[in-house]
Amino acid sequence: MEPESVTLEKERREAPQPLGRRSGLNDRRRQADSLLRAALDEPIPGGASLAYVFGSGLLFLFLSQVITGMFLVLYYVPTADHAHTTIAYITKEVTSGSFIRSIHAYGSSAIIIVLLLHVSQTFLFGSYKGPRKLLWLAGCVLFALMLGMSFTGYLLPWDQKAYFATTVGTNILTYIPFVGDSLKSLLRGGTEMGTLTLSRFFVLHVFLIPAFIFTFVAIHVFLFRKAGAAGPIQGEPEALEKSSELFYPKQVLFDIVFALLVIAGLGLLAHYAPVDLGPKANPADTQYVPRPEWYYVPVFQWLKYWESGLAVIGILVIPSFIAILFVALPFLDRSPERRPWKRPVAVTIYAFIFIGLGALGAISHRNDLRDPTIAPQLAKQRAAVEAFMKKPFQPELAGPSLVAATLALTDPIAAKGKKVYDQEGCAECHGEDLNGTSAAPSLVGVGDKYDPVMLESVLKQPTQEMTDGGMMPVEVKDEDLKVLILFLEVLK
Amino acid sequence: MKLLPEEMLTRKAADFPPGYDRRQDPSSGRRSFLGFLLAAGGASVGALLSVPLLRFVIHPLIRGTIPSRWTEIGSVEDFASVTSPVQKVVKIEQRDGWRKLVTEKALYVCKDADGKLSAFSSICPHLGCSVAWHDEKNNFVCPCHNGQFSAEGKLLAGPPPRGMDLLESKIEDGKLMVHYQYFRQLLPNKEVIA
Repeated sequence: MEPESVTLEKERREAPQPLGRRSGLNDRRRQADSLLRAALDEPIPGGASLAYVFGSGLLFLFLSQVITGMFLVLYYVPTADHAHTTIAYITKEVTSGSFIRSIHAYGSSAIIIVLLLHVSQTFLFGSYKGPRKLLWLAGCVLFALMLGMSFTGYLLPWDQKAYFATTVGTNILTYIPFVGDSLKSLLRGGTEMGTLTLSRFFVLHVFLIPAFIFTFVAIHVFLFRKAGAAGPIQGEPEALEKSSELFYPKQVLFDIVFALLVIAGLGLLAHYAPVDLGPKANPADTQYVPRPEWYYVPVFQWLKYWESGLAVIGILVIPSFIAILFVALPFLDRSPERRPWKRPVAVTIYAFIFIGLGALGAISHRNDLRDPTIAPQLAKQRAAVEAFMKKPFQPELAGPSLVAATLALTDPIAAKGKKVYDQEGCAECHGEDLNGTSAAPSLVGVGDKYDPVMLESVLKQPTQEMTDGGMMPVEVKDEDLKVLILFLEVLK
Repeated sequence: MKLLPEEMLTRKAADFPPGYDRRQDPSSGRRSFLGFLLAAGGASVGALLSVPLLRFVIHPLIRGTIPSRWTEIGSVEDFASVTSPVQKVVKIEQRDGWRKLVTEKALYVCKDADGKLSAFSSICPHLGCSVAWHDEKNNFVCPCHNGQFSAEGKLLAGPPPRGMDLLESKIEDGKLMVHYQYFRQLLPNKEVIA
């Protein structure tokens, strides 16, 4: 039997392939299969481990942000006059709106947490060493991009805390010598915060930074696959090789379990403690005490210690120094040693920075609780947020209806004039709201163009141009004409 | 030895860790069953997660239409001394997503011989101009094409295809309430525009 089967196999191999068999679809399927295989068959020295779930967890969280973000844009409008209304609409009225917005908002915090875990694990396991230097650099870029995402996303709801936190955040740029002010104006789209700031932050948050993140995630994953999984921090290379496992199935399972835990956590939080929205940003509010999102609180506290003269050192030089140290880590620490207990200096500095940041956050929190001027104001702000959340959604009065509505309410003479306007059928061509229709131009601002005498003459005897457009002479009692003219005069 | 395309596409043996026996762990049997489980599990979790997303997207469709609004025109006593049709302006609120459009619409409140109040839309059923009441003529005249209607809204003369459109009205707690609607022009019978 055996020789026969071998012969058959040989025949099958040597037989010319029928043309139809190698169709494009089959080819593509094989390619997809091999791609999947290449993705799943990554060997992990020392075997799968729960310690390796953070990277894929970040990718998963990022995708969740992309999806929820795309859905939020269905209702969101990035202008200063509509942003807050549309977020309130999403939060209070749209089905599942509060849930999806909460997943997105909590997701940003989750990314920061998992990012810190990922970085700490990479650091403690010494996984940035050797052939993985570029991998670390790409990761540093991603870290910065993620912080940029959270900073730009924070402004978008345009509520009090968003507005004031971003005002402070962008003001920090002015500490940069020479170009600081220009940078701030560039980011804000002017010297002050306004609708242009919102547009810029929206573009950064939704187009520019995500494009860079996609690129650098691709680079990061490519470099990771090129360098291979780092594996455990100790053990004989040969033993590790022996105990190595492929990425699929065990590590995939671990990664999926972690992703499920994360999404379940986010889902429960979003359902039981949805993210709130404060009252609309009021730039005239001088009492408001801004506080950044929790992950920026340590930096916020740090900035408080630096008075004007030394501010450049505290706000610029020291953080830049730490950032450079962080980025250049694999170039400074070149020993192949990966065990953290054999790298006391590096680990001590890292721990010191982390504990320092934690301590700064704790001090800030304690100060806010104890400060007799700050604490009541913060309580007031929380109460304002709660009160706003309790109110039902207030739709925004659409632009064109404003003119007529406000006029009729405020000025009795104008209201009378409006009545004449309605009675004479002017609205049919010039619009209910005087904003004009396809038949006739808008009358808003007509009071600026013509004085009452001129208005009276063109109303009684329209110009040739007006008659050609279909305007008829207004034939009413003198007193009606008078109030009509007064009404039109108000429309400046 | 020539390799089949399938073999060329599969990973090289050197890619696998030493000691790793492919026959023990082929892409069949337990491994592919787990793959199936993962795919099925992933698909069901994905489906579960897409429920809020779907509800979010179709919100404008599932949100019930705003019930037709009765607008208060004034108390019945205000119209007690009325002899000829009176023009009243109603505020119509329309929701457009997160926006609210407020438009003002004119209507006429009339009283028939029995003293029953009724309301007519001031929009001419001809081409939609605003019909005006003329006390001296004791009828309605459309300024655009001279359509004329009686004090009860009946067509007297001119191009309009029907009389003025009667609006639904009721009296509640001594207040005249009107349900303002738009009607299609140029039809012999009135037909509501949604």
